[in-house]
Formats: sequence, C-alpha cells, structure tokens
Amino acid sequence: MMNDLARFWFDDAADAPRACTLEDYQGATPRWCPGCGDHAVLAALQRLCRDEQLPPEETVVVSGIGCSSRFPHYMKTYGFHGLHGRALPVAEGVRSRRPDLHLFVVTGDGDCCSIGAGHWIHAIRYNMRMVVMMFDNRIYGLTKMQTSPTTQAGYRSNTHPRGAWLEPIDPIQTTLGVTNVSFVAQTVDWNPVHVAATLTRAYHHPGLAFVRVLQRCPHYTGDVYEAAQRDPKRLLLLEHADGVPIDPAVAKLFPNRTAHDPHDLDAARRLAARDDEVLPVGLFYVNPAAQRYDAYTVEGLATPRNAKLAAVRGELDHYKV
Amino acid sequence: MAPCGRARLRVALRVPGAAAYLHHEHGGRGRVAYAASTEPIMSTSVVNEQIIEIVSDSGEGAQTAGQLFGTLAAKMGNGVWTVEIIPAEIEPPPRSKAGASGVRVRFGSRPMTNMGDEADLVVAFNEQVLYGRIDAGALRPGTVVLLDDKWAAHPEAAVRDAYRDGVEDLRARGYVVREVPMEAETLRLVDNARRGQNMWVVGLLCALYDRDLDVAKADVAGIFTRRRKGPEVIAQNHALLDAGYAWGREAFTERFRVPPMETRGDMVVMNGNAAVAMGAMAAGIELCAMYPITPATSASHYLGAAFHKAGGFVHQAEDEIAAVSFAIGASYAGKTAMTITSGPGMALKTEMIGLAVMTEVPLVIVDVQRGGPSTGLPTKVEQGDLLHALYAAPGDAPKVVMAASSIDECFHFMVTARSLAETFRTPVIVMTDANLATGQTAFPYPELDERWLSPPVDQTPWPAGVPPYAWDEATGLSPRPIPGQPGGMYVLTGLAHDERSRVAYEADINQRAAERRSRKLVALQESLRPPVVHGDDHGELLVVGWGSTRGAIEEAVDALRADGHRVSSIHLRFLSPLEPGLPEIFARFDRVMTVELNYSDPPDAPGSRRYAQLAWLLRAQTLVDVDCWSRIPGAPLPPGHIARALRERLSGTLPDTRRTARRGAR
Ligand SMILES: Cc1ncc(C[n+]2csc(CCOP(=O)(O)OP(=O)(O)O)c2C)c(N)n1
Ligand code: SF4
Ligand SMILES: [Mg+2]
Repeated sequence: MMNDLARFWFDDAADAPRACTLEDYQGATPRWCPGCGDHAVLAALQRLCRDEQLPPEETVVVSGIGCSSRFPHYMKTYGFHGLHGRALPVAEGVRSRRPDLHLFVVTGDGDCCSIGAGHWIHAIRYNMRMVVMMFDNRIYGLTKMQTSPTTQAGYRSNTHPRGAWLEPIDPIQTTLGVTNVSFVAQTVDWNPVHVAATLTRAYHHPGLAFVRVLQRCPHYTGDVYEAAQRDPKRLLLLEHADGVPIDPAVAKLFPNRTAHDPHDLDAARRLAARDDEVLPVGLFYVNPAAQRYDAYTVEGLATPRNAKLAAVRGELDHYKV
Repeated sequence: MAPCGRARLRVALRVPGAAAYLHHEHGGRGRVAYAASTEPIMSTSVVNEQIIEIVSDSGEGAQTAGQLFGTLAAKMGNGVWTVEIIPAEIEPPPRSKAGASGVRVRFGSRPMTNMGDEADLVVAFNEQVLYGRIDAGALRPGTVVLLDDKWAAHPEAAVRDAYRDGVEDLRARGYVVREVPMEAETLRLVDNARRGQNMWVVGLLCALYDRDLDVAKADVAGIFTRRRKGPEVIAQNHALLDAGYAWGREAFTERFRVPPMETRGDMVVMNGNAAVAMGAMAAGIELCAMYPITPATSASHYLGAAFHKAGGFVHQAEDEIAAVSFAIGASYAGKTAMTITSGPGMALKTEMIGLAVMTEVPLVIVDVQRGGPSTGLPTKVEQGDLLHALYAAPGDAPKVVMAASSIDECFHFMVTARSLAETFRTPVIVMTDANLATGQTAFPYPELDERWLSPPVDQTPWPAGVPPYAWDEATGLSPRPIPGQPGGMYVLTGLAHDERSRVAYEADINQRAAERRSRKLVALQESLRPPVVHGDDHGELLVVGWGSTRGAIEEAVDALRADGHRVSSIHLRFLSPLEPGLPEIFARFDRVMTVELNYSDPPDAPGSRRYAQLAWLLRAQTLVDVDCWSRIPGAPLPPGHIARALRERLSGTLPDTRRTARRGAR
C-alpha cells in the first residue's frame, strides 16, 4: 500500500479532501419501530458528524445490547456492537491507546444503569474523552418490556404486572454524585434541535460527556413521556452562556426556562433532586478541568521499537545471574 | 539407594558448650555426629542435590531468606526450583501449624524442574510450624531439623513444655533434630530478632553449603536497596550473615558442596508470574487490563513496575468483566492487549471471551490457576480450569489454549500467544498455575527480537472490495481492519454475521461462519509438531500430562524406568488445538493414563466415573480408553507420589484401563 506522501503526489485529484455529506455516515436502514425516539438521536449524530466533518474512518460508535444499542449498525463509521452492559469498558479500551479517534457510546437504561452499573460509576470517574448517550426509555425494549431501574414505581411491565415495587434510580443524580464527574446533560428525543445542540456541546467537551436522552418507546412505554411531550411547560430549559447553546428562536418554544450555572455542582444536584413533574433539559454540570484517565493511559505510545527493546533487556537484566 | 540418586546428608554439628545434646544418633539417611571440639569445619562432601526448607511464623522473614538462598544457588550455577510455603490462614496465631510460612529450595548440579519429594534439611523458627510441614508430607525420617532453641527458656511453662515435648516427639519420629541458638545469636547484633534472624539463618546455611558469602551480600544489598533502605540496614544485614556464617563454621564438622551445572550461558532467575510479565513485554504487548486476584496479581505488580519503560500500560479495572472488555476494546482499536486472572476471574470473563471468539478479536488471556470451584484454595495450585478454558462459552467458541509446563515457557508462550492471537485473529488462553507463578527457577537468558514489538497501527487505506471477514475457505483466516483505516469501516457485532459483519440469522450463514472459525484451529494444528515422547516411544504405559506437572512426571517416569518399567510420558503444551499425532503415539503403548492436579473419581468409583480434565479431552478426541490418576492436594505433586501411583497402576492393584473398559461395555 502507498504511503501518505505517495498518495498525495500521484493521485491528488482522487484523494483531494472531499466534504462528507450525511450519506457518508448513514449505514444500514434503521429497524427501530416507527416513532421510536432512537431515530431522532441517530439523525442528530449523523448531522453532528457531518457538521464537524469527522472522517468516518476515525469515528467509532460503541454500544451494548438493547434496541438502542443497534445504533452502530446504522452508522457508516467503525462500530462495536458488543455485550449487554459492557459498552463503557470497551470504549475505555478503545480510548486508552487511541487519542486520535472520535468516540461515541450508545447505551440503554438497562444496559447502563442495571447490568453495567458498576462500569457506569467507574467510567464517570475515569473521565476518558467520549460522548455517552444513555437512551432512557424507562423499560427494557429489546427483551419486550421488563422493568428497568428507571421504571417508575407502580408502572406495570411483564416482570411486574402488578406494578414496579421500588422507586427508580435517578441517572442524573447518580452521575452527579460520582467523584470526578465532568459533564452531565439531559435532552429529549422529541426536540431534535435540542438533541443536536446537546450532542455538539458534549462532543466538544474534553472528557466523558454523559447525556441522558429521554427516549420515547411508543411500542411499550408510549405513556411515559406523553405528558412532557404534550405540555412544553413540563420541560425546564437550563440556560447559561456555557451551557447547551440554544438558538433564541428555539428557546422561545420552552415556556419554562431558568438560568443555571453549570459550573456549580451543588446547584446541579439540587436541580436534579427536584421532585416535581418538571424535567430539566440542558447542561446540569460541566468541569473541563476534571482529571482525565486517558491522559495516563496513553503513556509510552510513541516509544520507538529500539527503546522498547532496550527497556525489555534492561528489565531482564535485573533477573540475570 | 537414595531416592533420585541424591547423596545422603550427613550434618555433623558441633555445638560449643552443648555437651548435653551430644548423644543423639539417628539411623537412616541423616547420620549425624557431634564433636565437642571447636575446630572449624574439617571435611567437605560433594552432593549433587539438596532440598531445604526455611519455615517460620509469618512475618519472621523465612520467605525472604528462602528466596535469597534460592537466588544465591542460581548465582552459584546450580539448577534451582523454589516453592513458597504459604500459611493456611491469613492471620494465623503464632506458633501454630497453620502458620507455617517460608520457602522450599531444591538445588543441585542439574536443572531443577519441580519441588521434589521430602526435604533433606528444614530450618524451623519454632517446632509448631514444623508440624505444619510434617502434615504436608515435607519431611521423612532422617530429615535434619535445625530448630531455634529459644523456646526452651520461654517464660511460659506451657510453651517450654510444648517445645520439650515437641523435640522429643520429633526425635521419636526419626528426624535429626539439632537445637540452634538462632535468636540468642541474632540478638547479639540486633534488638529485635524478627528483624534479623532470617539473615543469620542464611549465613548459617551458607556455612553448611559452602556458599559464596560475597554473592549473598551483593544480593542482600540489592534486596534492601529495592526496599529503599539505607546503607546502615544493609551493613547490619551483612553483619548478621557474617555472624550466622561464623557460627556455622564453628559448629559444623562437615560441609556440603553442591557443584554447579556443567554448561551454562547467561541465566535469569524468576518466578512464573515475573516470566509472564517479562514475556508480555518482550512480546510487544502494550496493554494489560486486570483485576487483582491471587495467584495472578503479582504478574501485574511486575508489569506495573516496568511496563511503561517499554511503552506499555497496566489498567486495573473495576472488575474482571471490565478488564477483559477494556483489553478487547484496545485490541479492536489495533493495540496488542492482554488480561490476566485466575479461575473466578475466568468465570467472569467468559462472556467477553466468547465475544472475542465470535468477532475474531486477538487477545491474550493468562489464567494462573488456583484451587476451585468457587473461592476454593486461593493460594494453592490446581489444574482445574482446563475444561472451562476450552469450552466455557455459550455456543461453539473455538479458541487457542496453551499451557506452560515450566517457568521459561511462561516467558516464551507469551510471545507465541501474542503472535498466534494476531495471525489467527483469536483469543489465546495461556494457562499457568500457582506452582509456576510462585516457584522460582533459573533458565537461559531469553533471546529477544525487535520484530516482536508492536509496530505502529496500520492506518493505510483498506483495500476496496475486501470485507472485514474475508475468510479463507481452507484456513478460516482473514485480515482485520483497524479503526483509522480509510475504507475499512465495519460494525463489529457479537450477533451472528456474514463476511461483511452484517447481522445474519440465516441457517447456512451461521453454519458457514462457525465452520470458518473452527477451521482456524485445524490450520494451527497442521502447523504443530507431534509431542516428543520422554522415554521409549513404545512400552507398557504412557503417561500424559499438561502444565506445571511436567518436571515431576518426568522424574517419576525416570525413576520407574531405572527400575526396569517400560513407562514413558508426553507433555502437552497445546490443548486447543490438540497437538497432532496422539492416536499414533497412544497405539504404541499398552495403557495410557493422565496424571493431573484436578479432581477425578477413582477407577472403582460407583456410577459413571468422572475423569480428570485432560483425560476427558483425550478420551473424546482419540477414542482411546485413557485412564487417569489425579489429586487435589493444594500443592504440587511430588515425583515420589506420582511414581507410587504409577507403580500401583502397573502392578494392577487398581483396575487397569482395559478391564474398566470391558466392565463399562457390559
Ligand atoms: C448477559 C445478558 N443478559 C441479558 C440479556 C438480555 N437483554 C438484552 S437487551 C436487555 C435489556 C435492554 O434494555 P435497555 O438497556 O434499556 O435497552 P433498550 O432495549 O430499552 O434500548 C436484556 C435484558 C443479554 N443480552 N445479555
Ligand atoms: S421497542 Fe421501543 S425502544 Fe425498541 S425500537 Fe421499538 S419503540 Fe424503540
Ligand atoms: Mg431501555
């Protein structure tokens, strides 16, 4: 194969940088149910890739298992559709030695908050650069409607036909509670402009950006976000110069708005702990200076082979008799 | 005749002013004489092998002393095998059987491949820990015991009595007990004998075994420098070595020289976990993701200290699942990665290893086996994970499984494993065990090759039209696109998929894809050589082993052959695929049996007999009625035990394979 120089030299017409279009990011035809909130997020991510002109070959989407986790198949980038609950540690491994890749993670409420909950806590603490989209339809979709950790108490599912016993876990509060958390945002699939703006803000964050997407599952939990979708007053738009940038024209569509400084962790936690029917959307918290584990995992990447060989020999010499 | 051709140890102790002890003479292998004079050592005997143990309560430094003495033996050109003696309990009470902590050192004039049988000499800091060793079968009548005499004057009568009774009982059992004022002599130099008696003992042993004290001192300096201790500490330990040595020169009337091995180039001395770590570095692995678990952890300690110098990184994950996932993520992204664990961790990694098989992600997995099931015997050896490594996965998950049979193989197999993982686009499991992990031996300084070290990730354009799984019809092999390669974009998926990695539930595609993955093992098997038979290539009995038991099995086979038995052995390094040619080799022997460190029912057990793990495998793969003898003592199998078991099997004390087969066929 030719090296880069040769390609430029002989074939520059063919290889001249060409702007990527949306099609360059569109993989297989999505097989989600009509009206499923996953479609909107897919479209938003494809648009983000196009707007940022991310080379498809340098873009990786890692997922677990679930309806939402089929996401990578519908992108035309590199993808890793792995195991239920394990998207985060796989993505960490990718990131650990590849600072050059653009890395996105797709995970569901079961995938992230139940079977992968241990990884979730640690991923937040590791704070390795990636955008994590947690699709919260408050149900297990793929396996046909079992209770998830985010299912509301009393909600009937196939595993709890008499209604879920316990109060749900709150993914935003939980994430905000983890040491070294660096970016927590929430958006709703039915407002594509807000989804796109949130993902863009997340993409530019130097660390792990955790985005909870309130995602409609018309097939199983059509009622869950129905009220919030119908009544815009049920959403509370978080506004700040360093928050999710929203066009004023779009912001007007949110009758309920509040100024929130995303650098204030206590304020973010208070906001997350509101116990009313109002769903805050926007950036809860950001700290671009949080410690990043990937700053350490790249150690030694550039070590030339002869230096490696000398190091191995040096170590072996300690054992020499 | 002395077992295994070892010369008998005659320790002649001359204890100044110890006239009271002078008249204990014991028969057997340990003829011991005292002399009343204070002349220095008069004679030197040459012996070609010794097994010594140093045992104490934990925290008294017997481990350090033993490792030091072992390294010293290697430095003096001996073949060496050391075994850690680990207390049965975490916080054992002092002076208890369960508290025996220390090291066994077997050294001699030829390479040592296992821990051997009973010890020739045991240095014990109290008589109770010695009972722990007696229970473990580590002593025989005639074993010389050097015992700290401080307990005779202990303020508590109960302790004094226990000691007196103990010494009497030990003598009655036929051990040659010599009371030595270890603590008293140590206290001449330091205030706290717990910080020094071990060095004094090493000095004593140096006098007995004619070791070069300067080499010992250089080693001691190295140990304490690594522990960040200053020159005063080193000087004090040197003084202790000198004192022990001088005392020994006075006390022993005889000393023993264990000549070096004949030929030796540069050698290294290390344990199996260090060898795995060094092997990983030499193999060009650049990421090790792990979660601590005994007895695998120390490999990551070695890596943690050195890996970065060779451009590597150790990730301590939140659990074993995360560890293997992390390694697979890195490998998917084009980096050479490994994970290391023990049985319980293997159980957790199982689902991910299956994913790596299904998606053909190269990965090296090291399983340092310990006793199972469940938490089992965390610090003790067992070969209980073979079937798990081979078959644990939903569905058919063919992968490469190799087992190191020696500490140098722990090093070299890492290099082989990494290259097989990449060539065959598969996970490779390297099995070792607690015996290899903590035993130390000397082996030739490995040759290194710059080509083993990972080159930069290939980021050239992926050839147009080539799918991500362009399976070769015959071998199942295919090249692998790496993120960053233009044109190579694909979605790796654990779902059934076709060449293009498109999810495919169709029956024929699933069948074909599974077949391609299976073909890879055939292709690898075709490139392997049949195992080499130890002994004649035909005979009455063929013993088959795998893993760390090789040295002991071959020693047992040699002992039987010396007695005229027509016994041979083979030792398998590849368990998946199996090494070729086994049916042909088996056909040349009347009987075939495995010797393993795992559970099996005895031949006369009621019901369907459950076989040892390799025996299951060989029976299934060769249709030969392979018998087995296996045990789970939580310790390596001594060659003498294996020899006894083989003798029994040969003399027909236990039903032979064919009779069993006929009975089963009824
Ligand atoms: C180890 C394992 N356990 C269980 C499953 C079955 N399973 C697949 S997806 C899923 C839940 C999916 O729910 P969620 O993560 O919320 O994703 P959604 O389908 O709702 O997008 C379960 C239980 C599995 N694939 N693997
Ligand atoms: S079941 Fe629900 S989550 Fe799954 S695709 Fe259908 S609508 Fe979407
Ligand atoms: Mg869900």
